[in-house]
Amino acid sequence: MDAILLQILNGLDKGSAYALIALGLTLIFGTLGVVNFAHGALFMIGAFCAVTLSRLLSLSYTTIDPERTDFLGNPLKVETPYVEAWFGPETGAAIIDWSVPLGILFSIPIMAFIGLAMERGLIKYFYKRPHADQILVTFGLAIVLQEIIKYFFGANPIPTPAPDVFAGSFDFGAMIGMDPNVIIYPYWRIVYFLFAAVIIGGVFAFLQYTTFGMVVRAGMADRQTVGLLGINIDKRFTVMFALAAVVAGLAGVMYAPINSPNYHMGMDFLVLSFVVVVVGGMGSLPGAVLAGFVLGILESFASMAQVVSLLPGINQIIIYLVAIVILLTRPRGLMGRKGVMES
Amino acid sequence: MLGLDKKDTSLFLLVLLLVVLAPFLLNPFPENSELAQFNAGYPDLMQRFLIFGIFAIGFNILFGLTGYLSFGHAAFLGVGSYAGVWMMKLLTMNVLPAIIISVIFAGLFSLLVGYISLRRSGIYFSILTLAFAQMSFSLAYSVLTPITNGETGLQLALDDPRILGVSQVDGSIPLAHFFGVNMRDSFELSLGGWLFTFNAGYYLCAVVMMIAFYIAVRIFRSPFGMMLRAVKSNQQRMNFTGLNSRPYTLAAFVISGMYAGLAGGLMVAMDPLAGAERMQWTASGEVVLMTILGGAGTLIGPVLGAGFIKYCENIFSKINDNILYEWFSALPEAVSDILVFVIHPFIGKGWHLTLGIMFMLIVIFLPGGIMEGFQRIGKLFSRKKKKEADASGATPAPAE
Repeated sequence: MDAILLQILNGLDKGSAYALIALGLTLIFGTLGVVNFAHGALFMIGAFCAVTLSRLLSLSYTTIDPERTDFLGNPLKVETPYVEAWFGPETGAAIIDWSVPLGILFSIPIMAFIGLAMERGLIKYFYKRPHADQILVTFGLAIVLQEIIKYFFGANPIPTPAPDVFAGSFDFGAMIGMDPNVIIYPYWRIVYFLFAAVIIGGVFAFLQYTTFGMVVRAGMADRQTVGLLGINIDKRFTVMFALAAVVAGLAGVMYAPINSPNYHMGMDFLVLSFVVVVVGGMGSLPGAVLAGFVLGILESFASMAQVVSLLPGINQIIIYLVAIVILLTRPRGLMGRKGVMES
Repeated sequence: MLGLDKKDTSLFLLVLLLVVLAPFLLNPFPENSELAQFNAGYPDLMQRFLIFGIFAIGFNILFGLTGYLSFGHAAFLGVGSYAGVWMMKLLTMNVLPAIIISVIFAGLFSLLVGYISLRRSGIYFSILTLAFAQMSFSLAYSVLTPITNGETGLQLALDDPRILGVSQVDGSIPLAHFFGVNMRDSFELSLGGWLFTFNAGYYLCAVVMMIAFYIAVRIFRSPFGMMLRAVKSNQQRMNFTGLNSRPYTLAAFVISGMYAGLAGGLMVAMDPLAGAERMQWTASGEVVLMTILGGAGTLIGPVLGAGFIKYCENIFSKINDNILYEWFSALPEAVSDILVFVIHPFIGKGWHLTLGIMFMLIVIFLPGGIMEGFQRIGKLFSRKKKKEADASGATPAPAE
């Protein structure tokens, strides 16, 4: 029982990341009908927003402290971050410590801008082109974005720690009345899961309960009729593209402490997220979220020692295997709608 | 000739001529001149042109004709490579069995993948092939280590049996050969400042590639090829007429998988090792790029695309800041500094950035690839000529 619970918990953080990226992909596909292969790159850019902010915050100036000396006997050079100088040492240190959560605020305008620029500057011209062209041009864009990041940040992963409060692990088993030390779970992963849940809930609420969301849903169902009612649906779909970019970016920002960002993390996630979208059913938002979590948890079950010793290598391929089985038995995916991508 | 019509024969002969004379054509600059770095006439690179050309020709049979976009073709190349190296480990260093076995294994594997993947079309097909390729890649890295030698890659060893040949020669691994002709044998011809290298391995690749190209031409012009084009233009209508198109698409898939295996086998013949990274999805992406860049659905486009990408990869990644400064040495220092600063991200390690931008531009402005570019230029000239003809004919010379 506790082993099962542990694996479910372990699957949650990856599952959350899959679900968030797949949600964005499905939003773009459901509204604009575009297959966006650059979505993984947006996730990666989000993670690098966190890196950039933490670097910006720890920008320092150097002063020479004549009273102390370093090991060579020269006067000690003291580096003081500007934030500490401006806000006082304690607040400043706290701000630097909380750079990843602050990255959320930092990344939203950046991601929204990138999303808008991408849609207006490139994707707009590809609505009427075949899906293969859309895949290819966004694939090219993904390479370009990835290489730009590599140029500025280098090829090595950059560790970006979570705030100290969330460092370390806690005893989840003891909290729910099991034996202590059975289920040890890192704080940040539970934060990530809760964060993902809030974002997913927010997106669904936005689509469900606002007039804007209603119009978007109507546009997803029948774009032409909504247009005939005198609503500029293109504009709203552009906003949805920006929203999807923000969701991917936020997923990336918060993922930075779990896995040190490197320039190809987007591509690694992209392939899996596409599998997730297809398993969930192209064009179905709940399907994407469900499939994201299911596949994340399945992956973590498959990496249990007992399973791996029984079926070696299964942890590497479980997602693809599930995808193949699902596509062959339920061609529309778990919750796919009729008539999407079937021509 | 050989069942080709006049136009195809001349195209075939043109390609043959280019391939045979490549050691001259690709070495236009004297050995010691500044421009020697733009030469591409050395064996290793020329072999890669041809091998990736074969790979792209095969991919084009699937993508160009049927429109099915496979994102997992590198898996077949990888399977072919592994099979080839194993033949060299077990049987003999003669490359012929290695190449044949690579083709057979890649064919069988693509039959399996194609049988399952082709049940779906569109993006689902792309994702399925991608899933299969990623699966093979992960397995080759982890569980299949006894067969694939994991991260190190599969290599020849001194104690391999090689039952039809010799296990070792004078304490070292024997070289790959084709009935005694060593793959690394080269004949060097020095003419004035020029040095031309004629490599045995290159010419083996050339023969294989010409055969592959010939078969591709025949497929393009056959009723079978017509059927594949029909699948691309409207599969639904084909189904309505009561025709089951899946055997045709499956055949195309297996043929293109065998081409990929052939490319893998040749890679092994030229350099007997195989690694899992050959199967990664970026490698599959690369062959897609080559085909699109050259022009999907055209006969010679994919070969051009493969050559173009491999050449640029080689040249761009070799250029560094010092070379740039040399080029701009005539300019004032400030100007050359700025130029180098601007160009720097695109060269050397930044070559992929250039590739990505080039690729995007091609997809956006020239969906038909290089071939479409040629056609447009050709049209431009013929139109100009026509206009000139019209102009000279219609408007009478102004009277002075």
